[in-house]
Amino acid sequence: MKRQGIAESLRDAIAEEMERDSTVFCIGEDIAVPGGWGGAFTVTLGLEDRFPDRMINTPIAELGFFGVAIGAALMGMRPIVDVQYGDFLFLASDQIVNNAAKMRYMSGGDCKVPLVVRVPVGATGRGSQHAQNMERYFIGVPGLKAVAVSNAYDAKGILKSAVRDDNPVMIFEHKLLYGSKGARAESGAVDATSDIPEEEFTVPLDKAVIRREGSDVTILSWLLMAHFSMFAAKTLAGDSIHAEVIDVRSLSPIDYETIGPSVQKTGHVVIVEEGPKTGGVSAEIAAGLLERFGEYLQAPILRVASPDVPVPFSPVLENAYRPDSRRIAEAVRGLLS
Amino acid sequence: MSAQSPGSREPQLANYDRDFLLKLYAQILLIRRFEEQVKFLFLEGTMPGTIHQCHGQEATAVGVCTALNKDDFITSTFRGHGHALAKGLTPREMLDELFGAATGCCKGKGGSMHMGNMEKGMIPGIAIVAGGIPLAAGMALAFKMRKTSQVVACFFGDGAVAEGAFHEGLNMAAIWNLPVLFVCENNLYGASTRIDKVMKNIKISDRAAGYGFRGETVDGNDLLAVYEAARRAVGECRAGHGPVLLELLTYRRTGHSRRDACHYQSRDERDAWFSNDPIERFVQTLLTRSDIAQIDLDRVEAQVDHEVSDAVQQARRAPQPATNDLLRDVYA
Repeated sequence: MKRQGIAESLRDAIAEEMERDSTVFCIGEDIAVPGGWGGAFTVTLGLEDRFPDRMINTPIAELGFFGVAIGAALMGMRPIVDVQYGDFLFLASDQIVNNAAKMRYMSGGDCKVPLVVRVPVGATGRGSQHAQNMERYFIGVPGLKAVAVSNAYDAKGILKSAVRDDNPVMIFEHKLLYGSKGARAESGAVDATSDIPEEEFTVPLDKAVIRREGSDVTILSWLLMAHFSMFAAKTLAGDSIHAEVIDVRSLSPIDYETIGPSVQKTGHVVIVEEGPKTGGVSAEIAAGLLERFGEYLQAPILRVASPDVPVPFSPVLENAYRPDSRRIAEAVRGLLS
Repeated sequence: MSAQSPGSREPQLANYDRDFLLKLYAQILLIRRFEEQVKFLFLEGTMPGTIHQCHGQEATAVGVCTALNKDDFITSTFRGHGHALAKGLTPREMLDELFGAATGCCKGKGGSMHMGNMEKGMIPGIAIVAGGIPLAAGMALAFKMRKTSQVVACFFGDGAVAEGAFHEGLNMAAIWNLPVLFVCENNLYGASTRIDKVMKNIKISDRAAGYGFRGETVDGNDLLAVYEAARRAVGECRAGHGPVLLELLTYRRTGHSRRDACHYQSRDERDAWFSNDPIERFVQTLLTRSDIAQIDLDRVEAQVDHEVSDAVQQARRAPQPATNDLLRDVYA
């Protein structure tokens, strides 16, 4: 057992998968540069020493290297693509949506695209274009799987499952969760370290997880908001409000088997999302819950999300933009009052 | 005719085996007959969807694919019927696909623009212009990482050259010396827009120099010239000296897609290119051989006609997908 942050556990997971399977390789910008960074957030740091032929550093050409990764996947390789900042996915969207996601279907099952895409997201003092929560844009694309990792244990287990999956899997990672110490520590970083067992383990791609049990309200969230929801639940407990906190984790497909019984039990739902409220993941979850468990709801589903504005730079404005534990607790109190 | 002039390496006809030449003739004729049948079926109203056909461009597909091995791969575009036939897909599996049948090469889920067959070395056609170019680089990267001797031939049109994916894909293939034969079928038009309206230097093969590899312009309606240029380029790719850009000058005799009457093509231009038909030219070439007579060509033609009409008859009766197939094959 060792204590690790997300960046370290992802690095170990990648190394172990590359060790296990010679078709696994990494491709992306600013990886495998001697004296460099190991990608924008140190995740692949040093792997070039162990796997010199399987760490492909690319030009700054997101459309191109996503296409390259997909082409290699079609030929039986298992690429792990590093996109630096999630916002750059818009450049690569044609390859992801039109090719990676559809190739299996439009070939009638003749091909497969075992592709892993690692996507750092979240508002972190970088203004509007290195900040967006990109998961909303991909959950509605048939053929893709989307997961969000909020601690080091999940990050390692989910990356391993994703590499072994025969479909394109997008792993969303939050920049404030990579590590709260060391060279890449960010202002406002939250401790997402876990005890990592020595033995091999995986975490399924399609399962939500109950982080805290409670009977009064179900709080659904992921990534950084999963941590803020836990903080809010602790505060609420002081007021004798018992919140059940579920880390949704699998954003496509949504795991209603885990979420449903909680909604049936509490009858109250708050969904917390970093990112503009309109058209977000929380809208999809709310609609899905209404269709499946509407008769158990004792109050309307409430969303706590960012306002419908681009991510601002000023720390004052950014803090006002991103939901926090205080806003989550207030929403829960309002819902239950 | 184009203002551009292709490189001048005359194919030496005498070097070719008679059976090989007749096989080439069967292939180039098969594409023409297939496309004629498809056009008829479409106008007749029995075939669903839309079509982008390659009448007039048959020599590019046959010349390039003949230079490839079975386990080499191609990527194609929305105008891919010729490439598919040349890479070994059967008229039957393709016509079934065009009819949306469960027995089509993509079980009816791909259609005209996405035909492919992995076992035969063709990924599904990519109908986003230039979308197949980075894919081809990635396929070649896989071959290089696994140290196989396979190559990729990546077909695209002159319109793709304006896309960012062209630049990004060629650049990556160049920096990693990937075994990709980039095949630009320059038919002078991107949909209805003529090349000189959207490109300052219309000699597309010049682009290769900007990325640091070899480019060559070839008469794309001269089947043997295409074949020989492709064979040289494939050899370079297999020897680790790829990629190569081949620009094949050709002309689309039919509309961009269904019901396009080509009013944007001038009469003079059409006349010039129609008298430069790749199949008629190949026939003239073949008939200069003392061991090939018109009766040999007639025999090939009869076989091709039989193969296509047989496939059409069967495709008309091919089973349609069950509606619950709708939900299959989204995920592996």
